[in-house]
Amino acid sequence: MLREYLRLFFSFLRIGAFTFGGGWAMISIIEKEIVSSKKWIDREEFLDLLAMAQAMPGILAVNIAVAVGDKICGKRGSVFAALGTILPSFVIILCIAIFLTPETIKNNETISSIFKGIRPAVVALIIAPVITSAKSAKINIKTIIIPIGVALLIFSNIPYISNPILFIVLGALGGAYYSKKANPK
Amino acid sequence: MSIYLKLIWAYFKIGIFGFGGGYAMLSLIQKEVVASGWITNNMFTDIVAISQMTPGPIGINSATYIGYVVTNSVWGSIAATLTVVIPSFLLVLYTSHYVRKNKDNKIIKGIFLGLRPVVVGLIASAALMLMNRDNFIDYTWSIAICVTSFILVYYTKIHPIYIIILAGIFGYMIY
Repeated sequence: MLREYLRLFFSFLRIGAFTFGGGWAMISIIEKEIVSSKKWIDREEFLDLLAMAQAMPGILAVNIAVAVGDKICGKRGSVFAALGTILPSFVIILCIAIFLTPETIKNNETISSIFKGIRPAVVALIIAPVITSAKSAKINIKTIIIPIGVALLIFSNIPYISNPILFIVLGALGGAYYSKKANPK
Repeated sequence: MSIYLKLIWAYFKIGIFGFGGGYAMLSLIQKEVVASGWITNNMFTDIVAISQMTPGPIGINSATYIGYVVTNSVWGSIAATLTVVIPSFLLVLYTSHYVRKNKDNKIIKGIFLGLRPVVVGLIASAALMLMNRDNFIDYTWSIAICVTSFILVYYTKIHPIYIIILAGIFGYMIY
């Protein structure tokens, strides 16, 4: 069992060390690490965990780690997954805080040119799961309006409307209503 | 009241009221830590810049950094980082256990069925929001990197970590 925990911990340590650009950028890496290569969970389950992680407050990347860790190895698994996700950035930022000033990092030409290359790649890492998740959500001609509408409404930055939580609540209510209508008891 | 308690209280609030992840939480973090007079607005901008140049979630980065600056001790970093994580940790754990216990419930099944297309839209909106001049500094190499990375991550079995490393090396060579 300890081996399972450690595998989970090191998987999320790798994920945490290479997550640039926030929680959504983790999805591609988690899909490779957890879903396709180790087959710890299937794609549909992963999508449901993502929905839950996003609906909760707090840091998305950690929420995803907790949900996936718990699914695979239970409560203790979620602790290992969360620690793995946090540790790389904790150590790096602590070193910067102790040994460097923000200016040394900000004005470092090497780091800045490396990141000019990484940032567009991170965007690609978020575009790819749009398509893979659309497939596992079995999006069809009739339902494709939902993700497109949600994406555009959030992107357009309208006060009160462009809020992910609003669409999560609407999606949950819609799903609950539909399930009652489809299976009347 | 000790500075540690103030720090823990501030990050507890960020952890429990910060919805939407990452950059959506920024204004809340800013309000808590700049208004407390712990750091200046300029320092906050620096922390955001550093977060963009280091791995990891910005919520963690800011907690670790500000925790250290405010207390001048590693314990401050640990305290702030743990308090920003623990509320949502417990919430996610509790919710996922509840969901698993009731996974055959028709309404819960329906809820997740309704959520799936929404999550696809949320990921798409995250991608759309990142397509800006901060991430695409030109119309040539930036777009070439993005398209190549997409092809590699979507059509091949190459691990995304290698794609990030390659993109970093490439950026170092051309910029």
